[in-house]
Amino acid sequence: MEVELKEMLNDLESLKRSLTDPSHHAPIDQLQLRVERLTSLASSGPVRRSKVKDMSAEVVDSNPYSRLMALQRMGIVENYERIRDFSVAIVGVGGVGSVAAEMLTRCGIGRLLLYDYDKVELANMNRLFFRPEQSGMTKTDAAVQTLSDINPDVVLESYTLNITTVQGFDTFMSSLKDKSFRPNKEGSGVDLVLSCVDNYEARMAVNQACNELNQTWMESGVSEDAVSGHIQLLIPGETACFACAPPLVVASGVDERTLKREGVCAASLPTTMGVVAGLLVQNTLKYLLNFGNVSPYLGYNSLKDFFPTMEMKPNPQCSNFACLERQKEFLLVKPARDAALKAKMEAEASSSVTECPLHLDNEWEISVVDDSEPDRIEAKSADALPEGLVRELPNADEFQKSPTEAADATIDDLEDLRKQLEALNS
Amino acid sequence: MEGWDPNTKSTLTQIPLLTTKAGPRDGAAWTQRLKEEYKALIAYTQMNKSNDNDWFRISADNPEGTRWTGKCWYVHNLLKYEFDLQFDIPVTYPATAPELELPELDGKTQKMYRGGKICLTVHFKPLWAKNCPRFGIAHALCLGLAPWLAAEIPILVDSGMVKHKDDAASSAES
Repeated sequence: MEVELKEMLNDLESLKRSLTDPSHHAPIDQLQLRVERLTSLASSGPVRRSKVKDMSAEVVDSNPYSRLMALQRMGIVENYERIRDFSVAIVGVGGVGSVAAEMLTRCGIGRLLLYDYDKVELANMNRLFFRPEQSGMTKTDAAVQTLSDINPDVVLESYTLNITTVQGFDTFMSSLKDKSFRPNKEGSGVDLVLSCVDNYEARMAVNQACNELNQTWMESGVSEDAVSGHIQLLIPGETACFACAPPLVVASGVDERTLKREGVCAASLPTTMGVVAGLLVQNTLKYLLNFGNVSPYLGYNSLKDFFPTMEMKPNPQCSNFACLERQKEFLLVKPARDAALKAKMEAEASSSVTECPLHLDNEWEISVVDDSEPDRIEAKSADALPEGLVRELPNADEFQKSPTEAADATIDDLEDLRKQLEALNS
Repeated sequence: MEGWDPNTKSTLTQIPLLTTKAGPRDGAAWTQRLKEEYKALIAYTQMNKSNDNDWFRISADNPEGTRWTGKCWYVHNLLKYEFDLQFDIPVTYPATAPELELPELDGKTQKMYRGGKICLTVHFKPLWAKNCPRFGIAHALCLGLAPWLAAEIPILVDSGMVKHKDDAASSAES
């Protein structure tokens, strides 16, 4: 384009010289000026920034990381540049996932893995990140297009697949295990999995994968009415997994005749989605770069601006087998971990002020008991009921053991059964 | 289960319940589950035929039994409307229900997710969750797809979104 414009200028110049009548010179001068303006516009067009080898803290306009590296000077983060070692997998590149991906990209994360099977639609434009001209592209391709422009230092991997299908799940698992980015890393190939999906099935699939891989992950969600959301940290065996506390299902006794036309279109707002993505990535940065307190659960109710937090212990009767395995492993390593933590706390405490009793007398022997300490005796005998109480219903474990109906003498061969159904179908 | 019509209720009680809690990644246990799925489907199909209420065909598309395809139909004003039916068994099955798809109706109704997945959230998912692992594919068809067709097809036909195949053929000729 610039070459074309230059040739045009030359042509105009020769035209001017060939004209003998000076009255024609004025409009040609004007044309020349306009072409010059166009040339300067063209040269200021989109420039791709080149890759940066090392993050520098130097404060110059051209340093994309100066404001991030300043976190070190402010005493918030000890070593910000470590962020380039980390891999984060984002499952679901929708209203929350895409924004979270952009935030992490701008933070200079080492590697991002993106999973989604959907396409960008105009109906997505009430949310952030995607642009109208990207509609029709897969969300993963569109995201890679934008993110690689924003920060070419980030290694982007995109997977256009549905993780709830058997095949998709296998690819999902093997991509999480792949350690080629940082071969000496312990455990799986990623540091954190972020679940930004919009349905129960996909959350259960992420939960299954992370429980099996012993992979820490964070779950996020925005309510159907778009005015509340939450984020949750899930450490297999240590905190509740997604299947430990199944969502409260209330069979409302619906009649199929009442099952009419509400539509399944959920509401969404760029604000709520952005807030939840922000909370999610903030927790991610705290977890990865080791600063502040990592929230185990943080809710967001926008109508009342209420932010509840809580902790959830794993369910010893969780229906997920891998979760139970992780719980057993955690109980084994817990005493050593607690002792180390206590020693560290004591070391910190002794270096600070010497403790003295808050009150001189304590007539009623009131004391503060730490209830964050998991009651292990209780966990072991969670099934045991206090004396005098009996269960009305058999518990789930016993149901499993209940005699499977006297082995029916009918056919029990898969192929025969398949043929029988085919016969009925024909 | 209050609120369901007595027909559905009595049909449901006759479909054999399943006992094995296993998904497609569970090896031999999945084979066992698959046998139970077949038994329930066979019993349900037989029952429908003997009650003159035959309304679907479904069979496994692969030897592992993780992908199923077939047809389902619904009679409205004495005309039969038939649709392709397909679904995958999710990896977290049976903790999560299969997502039944009618690809031909994709984009024609609001009560559907992308790709033609019918909306089961309100009327079926709670039942499935409460009855895991005893419900299987046959139950999903009986309690998930059948009521959806009954509620949705009449509206789609009356609004002209769905045309009977004879009408569609004749209008294409003219």
